[in-house]
Amino acid sequence: MSSTLLLALMFVGFITIYKLGRSRSLALATNVGGARYLNSLPFYYGMITVLWAAIPALILLGLWYAFDDAVIQAIVVQHLPAEIREAGNTEIGLVLNKVRLIIDNQFLGEPPEYMTVAAAEINKLTTLSSNLLAALIFLLMSVSASVGYFRIHPQMKARLFVENWFKLALLICSMIAIFTTLGIVLSVLLESIKFFRSVPITEFLFGLEWSPQNAMRADQVVGSSSFGAIPLFAGTLLIAFISMLIAVPVGLMSAIYLADYAPTKVRSTVKPLLEILAGIPTVVYGFFAALTVAPMIRDLAIGMGLDNYMTVTSESALAVGLIMGVMIVPFVSSLSDDVINAVPQSLRDGALALGATKSEVVKQVVIPAALPGIVGGFLLAVSRAIGETMIVVMAAGLAANLTANPLDAVTTVTVQIVTLLTGDQEFDSPKTLAAFALGLMLFVVTLALNYIALHVVKKYREQYE
Amino acid sequence: MNKISTTEQVQRSLKKRYRAEKRFRMYGVTSIVIGLLALLLLFTEIISKGVGAFKQHYVSLEINFDADDLGLDADLFTFFDAVREDYGNKLHSELKIADQHATMAEALSEFEAQAQRDFGMTVIDALQAREQQLADANFTGIIRNSLRERFPSVKSRRDRRALYSLVSVGASFDLRDRVNADASLIGTTQKLWLLADDDLDTYVKSLNDSEPFIGRLKENQVEFISSWLEKNEIDARFNTIFFTSGDSSEPEQAGILGAVMGTFFTLLVTLILSFPVGVAAAIYLEEYATKNKFTDFIEVNINNLAAVPSVIFGLLGLAIFLNFFGMTRSVPLVGGMVLTLMTLPTIIISSRAAITSVPPSIREAALGMGASRMQTILHHVLPLAMPGMLTGAIIGMARALGETAPLLMIGMVAFIAEVPSSWNDAATVLPVQIYLWADSPERAFVERTSAAIMVLLAFLIMMNGLAIYLRKRLERRW
Repeated sequence: MSSTLLLALMFVGFITIYKLGRSRSLALATNVGGARYLNSLPFYYGMITVLWAAIPALILLGLWYAFDDAVIQAIVVQHLPAEIREAGNTEIGLVLNKVRLIIDNQFLGEPPEYMTVAAAEINKLTTLSSNLLAALIFLLMSVSASVGYFRIHPQMKARLFVENWFKLALLICSMIAIFTTLGIVLSVLLESIKFFRSVPITEFLFGLEWSPQNAMRADQVVGSSSFGAIPLFAGTLLIAFISMLIAVPVGLMSAIYLADYAPTKVRSTVKPLLEILAGIPTVVYGFFAALTVAPMIRDLAIGMGLDNYMTVTSESALAVGLIMGVMIVPFVSSLSDDVINAVPQSLRDGALALGATKSEVVKQVVIPAALPGIVGGFLLAVSRAIGETMIVVMAAGLAANLTANPLDAVTTVTVQIVTLLTGDQEFDSPKTLAAFALGLMLFVVTLALNYIALHVVKKYREQYE
Repeated sequence: MNKISTTEQVQRSLKKRYRAEKRFRMYGVTSIVIGLLALLLLFTEIISKGVGAFKQHYVSLEINFDADDLGLDADLFTFFDAVREDYGNKLHSELKIADQHATMAEALSEFEAQAQRDFGMTVIDALQAREQQLADANFTGIIRNSLRERFPSVKSRRDRRALYSLVSVGASFDLRDRVNADASLIGTTQKLWLLADDDLDTYVKSLNDSEPFIGRLKENQVEFISSWLEKNEIDARFNTIFFTSGDSSEPEQAGILGAVMGTFFTLLVTLILSFPVGVAAAIYLEEYATKNKFTDFIEVNINNLAAVPSVIFGLLGLAIFLNFFGMTRSVPLVGGMVLTLMTLPTIIISSRAAITSVPPSIREAALGMGASRMQTILHHVLPLAMPGMLTGAIIGMARALGETAPLLMIGMVAFIAEVPSSWNDAATVLPVQIYLWADSPERAFVERTSAAIMVLLAFLIMMNGLAIYLRKRLERRW
């Protein structure tokens, strides 16, 4: 029985059980003088029976799906020829992969006899498992639902029970944010610790050479120099710096203009237009940077004769930073807009009354007053630039150059995470683990930036409230 | 030294101050112009590059469906058509299932005698022989025959190969489908429009440019194309393939349907998981939670997650969902789960805003009438906050729609030609398809990438438009 069908049938079962529980409470109510003598509304008696039926059944379902593949695999492995079982886990894994190919009809050539047998066994066991699960679930549901059904009596505090479960479900949902953070921390931290066992953390943080390809072959000793992440940090910072050079002045000035200068009509058309820039997927920016802007900048630089003095590539940090800056403009602009509007009008009026021009008010009153908020927004923008992935993956280079030349190709932390993880490689190779170590760095840095930024903005908001 | 009065001092500096004022204003205008210009440039660039992909060129050729050249037995095919007329269109697919054969043979008993008489085998065997013949038939051969007849002067092997490569390899599948649908084609000669190769397509599209794009075309290939063009044997048609097929390594056969369906299933999973959970979390935090350390901790987590780079969520998906729980790579189910974790903070934050905007008087009235906490929420607060929550959910979905990086981590970046039909099939999504095509060297993929971007942007604009409409239409002011 397929899982979709099972879930659909379970759903139908729950509706039936609800109806049964509800009518049971109404039937019992007639003995005590009508529905109004029930402790709770009939709805709650229906729901309580459903809860009785659903909770054990759902727990069983979850456990079954978590473990059934592992159990089936263990049984099949037991029946493989002895020489394969003794050849170690890698060999068994390879055989199992081939068996899966046979099941999917993608095996090329004639498979050995024992594999076909194993494939047939897996198929048989999978069908058996799903049928057994369906049978067990419905048995469990009917048993627990009838227990719930016969416990119903008019004095039962059904509403309290149901509402407590409702509250518990809500609490669990709101705790998913904690679980997610925990999951992120655990996944990057554990893999990073594994990585730092083979590469010392000091080499990773302070090494000047990054060439993970060298460690690809298993027989090669991992050279400690090949995992020095300084060039990646430098490249990331270079690109983030260039993007900030665009995003901060343009974003801040457009926010100021829209808030203090522009007529309402201009404001109401220009603002949504600028916000479109924020909604464009980053992969589109990446395509635009790689195909249009980067060649344009290269041609311009060569036309100016710059290639005589420095390296000029078509994967320049300048092109990437420029486009990333454009992407971040609306972000900076809307954050600045918030803080500029939060500056009390009385401060502006006071300065204007003293004879200051509008720009003097902005420069000498509004910006200093809004400075903490602007700095907070700036930090958030930096954190976005550092964490941005698709633009750099598509338009920046792969080679880790340690350079400050904006026309040269540099690589970033996110580019390396993606390139290290999108190939087909063993999960436990230092190459893959390095991606998690980079992920840890990225997570820690962006978290710190966000934390400081939110703190600064919060402090500032309180000042004027 | 005579002292100047304050008024004079001010008046002297006024000119300078007004200039500064003007300059400052100019900076503001320039910033806005830069932003708008970037937007304009981006859109014109994408549209001008991508609009060509909606047209595809076809070449007209006289195709002779010669039974011998194809290696087909015409009688077998006529027989099949007769059977199909009687049995229905399922015939083709049911022949592949060996278990069905017994029941089929019974249903087809009236044809048994004819099959034995004409072909000397059972009806099932005859039909299967026909399937085999169709699979083996040399449709490429008859296309090549026709090309040779069209250009009889081409003799050398090299030139011929150059000529053959101008028609897409997909054309032979088209011919196969035609013969499969109608046996009477066999033995006839038809003038048909065949799918052209992407090199020809790109060249003809660029003919109006000052310098046509020769690219990978050889000189003699350009001559063949001009000869076709002179006789109006090349035609541009609406590119239906782009919307109806999956990915392909041949640009002229590549389409976005696979990616669109993958996106659909991924977003479906995301919506099903993130909306109820997000709304539930928002209800808890707004209606039940008391202000304490634990609630603060939840809120700090939500706010931080909203700012975590999306690629980190990909690492989480890879380490937890794929490696720890052993879920399948590349499937929309896992992609949807990763995107759920990513969009949850957005949905929780907007749902909380929607709940707070419901005035306390509504709650107090409900509680005053004797409703319980849960009844107040389910019967009064939630319906009133729903428009705001839906708007937030749509905006969250729009973000998820454009997301690429986390999906690269969980293997949704593989080359998948088949169109996925459920959330458990290997699939890719529209932004990842754009990323993959952007990497392809063929020029024809550039215009397809741009066209795919246009489709993606159209979806985004539609979703955001819907959100704005809902907000305007349903949101209440208290």
